[in-house]
Amino acid sequence: MSSVNQYVVFKLNDESYGIPINYVETIEKLIEITRVPNAPYYIRGVINLRGEVIPVVDLNKRFELEPINISDETRIIVLSFDEINVGILVDSCSEVVTLDSSKIDQAYDLITSFEDDYIQGISTLNERMIIIVDIPKLLKSNINE
Amino acid sequence: MDMNQYIEIFIEESKEHLQNMNSKLLYLEDNPDDISTLNEIFRVAHTLKGMSATMGFNNTSHLTHEMENVLDHIRNGNMNATTEIVDVLFECFDKLENYINNIETEGTEGEDSASELIKKLASLKNADEDSTKGEALKKSENSIDDKFENSTIKFNEYVSNMITTALKDGLKVPLIKITLDDSCMLKSARAYIIISTLEKFSDIIQSSPSIEEIEDENFGSYFELVLVTKHDKEFLQKELDGISEVKSIEIDLLSNEDINVVTENSDIKKNDTVAKVHNDKKQENEQQKNKPKESKEVQAKKPKISKTVRVDIDRLDNLMNLVSELIIIKTRLEDTDSNNERQDTGEAIEYLERITTNLHDAVMKVRMVPIERVFNRFPRMVRDLSKELGKDINLIMSGEETEVDRTVIDEIGDPLIHLIRNSIDHGIEEIDKRIENGKSKTGTVKLSAYPDGNNVVIEVEDDGSGIDIEKVKNKAIANGVITSKDTQLMDDKEVIQLLFSPGFSTADKISDISGRGVGLDVVKTKIESLGGIVEADTSLGKGTKFVIRLPLTLAIIQALLVVVGSEKYAIPLNSIKEITTVKKTDIRKVQKNEVVLYRGSTLPILRLSEILKASETNNDNDEDEVVVIVKKGDKDAGLIIDKLIGQQEIVIKSLGKYLGSIPSISGATVLGNGSIALIVDTNSFF
Repeated sequence: MSSVNQYVVFKLNDESYGIPINYVETIEKLIEITRVPNAPYYIRGVINLRGEVIPVVDLNKRFELEPINISDETRIIVLSFDEINVGILVDSCSEVVTLDSSKIDQAYDLITSFEDDYIQGISTLNERMIIIVDIPKLLKSNINE
Repeated sequence: MDMNQYIEIFIEESKEHLQNMNSKLLYLEDNPDDISTLNEIFRVAHTLKGMSATMGFNNTSHLTHEMENVLDHIRNGNMNATTEIVDVLFECFDKLENYINNIETEGTEGEDSASELIKKLASLKNADEDSTKGEALKKSENSIDDKFENSTIKFNEYVSNMITTALKDGLKVPLIKITLDDSCMLKSARAYIIISTLEKFSDIIQSSPSIEEIEDENFGSYFELVLVTKHDKEFLQKELDGISEVKSIEIDLLSNEDINVVTENSDIKKNDTVAKVHNDKKQENEQQKNKPKESKEVQAKKPKISKTVRVDIDRLDNLMNLVSELIIIKTRLEDTDSNNERQDTGEAIEYLERITTNLHDAVMKVRMVPIERVFNRFPRMVRDLSKELGKDINLIMSGEETEVDRTVIDEIGDPLIHLIRNSIDHGIEEIDKRIENGKSKTGTVKLSAYPDGNNVVIEVEDDGSGIDIEKVKNKAIANGVITSKDTQLMDDKEVIQLLFSPGFSTADKISDISGRGVGLDVVKTKIESLGGIVEADTSLGKGTKFVIRLPLTLAIIQALLVVVGSEKYAIPLNSIKEITTVKKTDIRKVQKNEVVLYRGSTLPILRLSEILKASETNNDNDEDEVVVIVKKGDKDAGLIIDKLIGQQEIVIKSLGKYLGSIPSISGATVLGNGSIALIVDTNSFF
């Protein structure tokens, strides 16, 4: 089975990640994030997106990477899944790529680290490696906690 | 036709009708001879029948149809609305409510076809018939019955009218029962030949199964037809004999009496039909199991039911007016901007403020629903409970017209049920005991609601035995909730508050109704989640009163904005008692907790910056700390904050499903400059 899908590609620590475009609501420039006390460690805070309060996840913390460097390129990607709206904080985000699903190697063949829970697979595009994030898993795992 | 778009309206209206039916049934029970009430119930049942049949909810329409039959019987004076009958009608009502709830949550009315109830209804009516009609009549009925033995056919009013007219005109109305040969291959084609043969010289007015079903080969090998023709039985027999692959043909000419019997018989016959429907459904289920993909799709299509509020048109007009005023003032502001006149701007802004306040009020009112909607179900509940427990109970309700927010309406029902059940089960004594104690035989439960400032107060009061404070103390010690030392320090109010702790029950025996100790703490949690409080007041031997206090609206509140560390937070104004300053040196440490002596009593002090883990600020030079005293019930606590900003109206926004509940934060609000301030949940500090 092979089908062609579009993915939004963003960068974290010079690594490229892809998320299926149908989960992406909007991509916003960095705006003021209000800290939420007593929230899970990876919650950066909440933002006001046109009157709606939306939590923002710090993916660097979620994936246990180096802390994020805030720059002009920093973006908040607002995802929507199952009536849940969540923003993720990323280093930069500037392209949409088309990937063949048959070219995505499933994660369970590849790695067994803490990360693989949220990683659906890895794909290569013009010598570049793109890590495909499993959005439902990433978002749902929090609700159960 | 796709009915999904109508389902919301259907549910909303059905609920309204059911509510009406409930109150009318209660009234009927007390006044069994009131024809107008009976008529009203009949009308409601009829409307429900029509609505559900249109929507394709057959179980509901069947049941209402049966109810109609019984009601019609009572209406015609054939029988009386005895308690027995009303009880059955109440059971039907419960079933209908079940169906509607099922439709709301799952999109289907469920498998249960209520055949038991339908049988009950039919037997009620038949029992009555048997007793009123003579033996002779019964015999003749039996003989006619033979004609309809195993017959599945039934006439609606239209068809029976047609038959009556046909008979009047001297035409013949034969009922033909046809069984096809078992070896017959193309049953529908064979049936079609029979039908078209008959149609040459007669009109087919009714068939069972329906013509469509016959064409789809949706029948066994047996079907029935009712014709209107001028030819006689023998002619028909001869015509049909010429068709092959037919096992047997039975022709009976119908007379006027037959029609009546068939229409009435259909009640009993319907049991079979219902059973058949049931079987069909089972088959469908199996089919669905065979095609799991399809059933999944069906599930996905399940309509999403949104909450609705019925709004008085006047209120909407008011809203419309305010919005148009808002547009006018917007243009005026645009004008003043170009003219650059200060005076005008100030005036316009004042005007704008007035409009937004009114607009807020108007929108709030649209969300308001009379609490009647919750109260309505209690008379029935009290009636059932008092019957079950053998207690005589009078429920007095007042203030049903008090309006509360729609969200409150949905949530407040269960806690109130708990409280009323408690009152009836534990509060009100047995009849003997009441007489012994010199009370009237009938126990009274008072349910009242009234607005009080920015709150709505709901009270549940009984004149029962009251709560034994000593018993509560002993139980609490036994349960390890408190030590016997603690009890000496506690006043009665604090002891009663123990009732609201999880797993606490003073009932000696556990009954069906209450006593498992899961009640009051659930009530408390629920009320607090709505931003309200619940208190109890009792006097031994005289009764108990539970008081629920809820904020009038949940969406927009007055709040105090404060600065903690470098962040802004909002504290709901209704939980604030006062704001004061306290000298740093006056704060003492008692067993790790900070307290201050304030107005002759000790006040626990909490540092908001610690609770919220905010960054420390350097105002060590100040001698005073700003303290916001917050209250919950009659407990107080002082919150140390860094700076006051002021009072402001805020719109409460939830933090969203993703974050769920965050300790000590109840929500967020967007400030004028677009930044977010979190709302502090002061209730969680106690």
